Amino acid sequence: MFADYSMSELGAIFAMQGFAGLILFSVFVLMALGLAIIFGQMGVINMAHGEFMILGAYVTYIMSNIFADYMPALFGMYFFVAMIFAFLASGALGLFVEWALIRHLYKRPLDTLLATWGLSLILQQIYRSVFGAREVGVSIPDWMMGSLPLTDMIEVPINGIFVMILAVTISFGVWIMMYRSKWGKQVRAINQNRVMADAVGINTAWTDRLTFGIGCGVAGVAGSAFTMIGSTGPTAGQLYIVDTFLVVVFGGAGSLLGTIASAFSISQAQSIMEFFLSGSMAKVLTLLTVVGILMIRPQGLFTLKLRK
Amino acid sequence: MSEENSTPKSNGVSRRAVLAGGTALTASLFMPKGLKASDFPTSAVNTTGLAVTDDTVTIGILHSVTGTMAISETGSVQAEKLAIEQINAQGGILGRKIEYIQEDGASDWPTFAEKARKLLVNDKVASVMGCWTSASRKAVLPVFEQHNGFLYYPTFYEGLEQSPNVIYTGQEATQQIIAGLDWVNQTKGAKSFYLLGSDYIWPRTSNKIARKHIENFMDGCEVVGEEYYPLGHTQFNSVINKIRLRKPDVIYAIVVGGSNVAFYKQLKAAGIDLTEEAPLLLTISVTEDEIRGIGGENIEGAYACMKYFQSLDNPNNIEFVKAFKEMWGDDMVIGDVTQAAYLGPWLWKAAVEAAGSFDVDKVRAASPGIELTTAPEGYVKVHENHHLWSKTRVGRAQADGQYEVVFETAELVEPNPFPEGYQ
Repeated sequence: MFADYSMSELGAIFAMQGFAGLILFSVFVLMALGLAIIFGQMGVINMAHGEFMILGAYVTYIMSNIFADYMPALFGMYFFVAMIFAFLASGALGLFVEWALIRHLYKRPLDTLLATWGLSLILQQIYRSVFGAREVGVSIPDWMMGSLPLTDMIEVPINGIFVMILAVTISFGVWIMMYRSKWGKQVRAINQNRVMADAVGINTAWTDRLTFGIGCGVAGVAGSAFTMIGSTGPTAGQLYIVDTFLVVVFGGAGSLLGTIASAFSISQAQSIMEFFLSGSMAKVLTLLTVVGILMIRPQGLFTLKLRK
Repeated sequence: MSEENSTPKSNGVSRRAVLAGGTALTASLFMPKGLKASDFPTSAVNTTGLAVTDDTVTIGILHSVTGTMAISETGSVQAEKLAIEQINAQGGILGRKIEYIQEDGASDWPTFAEKARKLLVNDKVASVMGCWTSASRKAVLPVFEQHNGFLYYPTFYEGLEQSPNVIYTGQEATQQIIAGLDWVNQTKGAKSFYLLGSDYIWPRTSNKIARKHIENFMDGCEVVGEEYYPLGHTQFNSVINKIRLRKPDVIYAIVVGGSNVAFYKQLKAAGIDLTEEAPLLLTISVTEDEIRGIGGENIEGAYACMKYFQSLDNPNNIEFVKAFKEMWGDDMVIGDVTQAAYLGPWLWKAAVEAAGSFDVDKVRAASPGIELTTAPEGYVKVHENHHLWSKTRVGRAQADGQYEVVFETAELVEPNPFPEGYQ
């Protein structure tokens, strides 16, 4: 397969392929962080995660139109504003959903699965009614499209770099919140022993709501970023949900580091296999490997020691 | 422009139609316009208990307006309703107004079958305009054959099917593929092809035909890669690197749905500028509808092989586009399948008038040879194998989301749903 190519050509291709793997890694991290908070810390199986992401994407679409119509001079910067609004919109919807639906189901984890699946269908149909069944085209500022030539042969996509920086920033933000803030301590305390946390005066109801809201908000930001690389339509969220759960479950629920490690291993495996095999085959092999490892280690790669 | 002028007239006698005459349809062409229902007593035109009264005839519209496929099928529903309205404005069929019952297949194949049964058994509709994916068509096929319904199916598809109960108004695979490949070979000098598709029957069958054609019928041409990605796949960076490595002259892409958007955005982000044609990209899965989601700036310069583009410059199409936008809004775009769906009611009308009856058996018998000189795509004719003779065209995507037509076959291409040597 490589016989006809010079070393420098091969080097360039492999460098770009390595970069493709890193982009995929960043995409997985962005997708999974929100769910890692919700599923990992609260044990809620949120099937509507993809729809929270798409809400962020639609917010980006609305913002791009607003900027194009009213502030064309600032269009190049709209994406940052859009991401903030995406966080707020998805977060607010998350708070509302927790209050209206999730909090009644904490003791019935399997029912949350059904309820959030129903919620995802409802949200899809709402998007369809409001924005139309067709995908919308989100216009991206010119500076974010195209590629950056590093050498004569190596080109890296700018939006890929953007996604990578965003993934690092948000992971760091989540880490700060989780391990260096009062809220984070409370969340972890509740995760370890809910009754005891309640007894020492932690407002568990409010902490739960906030956790769910922040998880959804992070999903919204991810959705906003994905307008650069994917489609924005009523059912586009479904494209992400399987990979998202895969990453979180494989990493071990409740562990931020696990999520990142699992995103890294799955993305690298997939990206390397995609290069040497066909896309469908790569997917099959990745899933098989993950299933195999989970059979041996059902708790995932990393786990916290909990006293339940 | 008055209502009168903006509606296509399928009874008009053209030189071509007269020359091509000699079949059952000749009768319909010379039938006076504005037929009166009283000339066609219901007992005579409807002997099988269909939903035909003295002044109305009921047909079914069966598409997904909810679920994943709503994105694609909405345009078809709109085109069919437009055609029905125009036919009614001209006085209907055999003096009867068309009424329709619309059912939602909800992107779910068993639901399609169930709704088809409801339309045929309970509503006794005289014909059905419907389905979009091959999966939904396969699901309703036994129902239509069992209850002797008559379906007009609008989508370009993989072929390998020919039912007495279906008229296929879209192109089968060879009509869409072969002329386009020959064109890039002859005018662009393309020799090597990278085949890429979503992983299901239509892209796989189409690429099989493409590969056979490239390897067996195009001198000195080769396939340097063939790949499939799961439906809904959103990461194409690896395959883009592979394409870079293989340096094909042509990327032949049959990616569909949400994957489409991801593929073209990432191609652009990776620095592959399609306007430079190195490599050139030829697709059979992106119509003007899909470009709305992809964004014209992301796909500018790509070539698509279809039978219809909204930008076609002929009087039929100009009127059609105008009428469509008047009915559904100025921001609408019309893709290949939407136009094919529009043909359905008109072809049925012509067949019913040729048969002088709504009976499915008689309409079926009258269908082969039915021609439409007023089709937006130009002239089409129903083949004995229930597919349409139509031209193949190549368009180049523009930044505004429209295609510029750069090539069309000189003659109509014969439909060949079971191509020998391509299986």
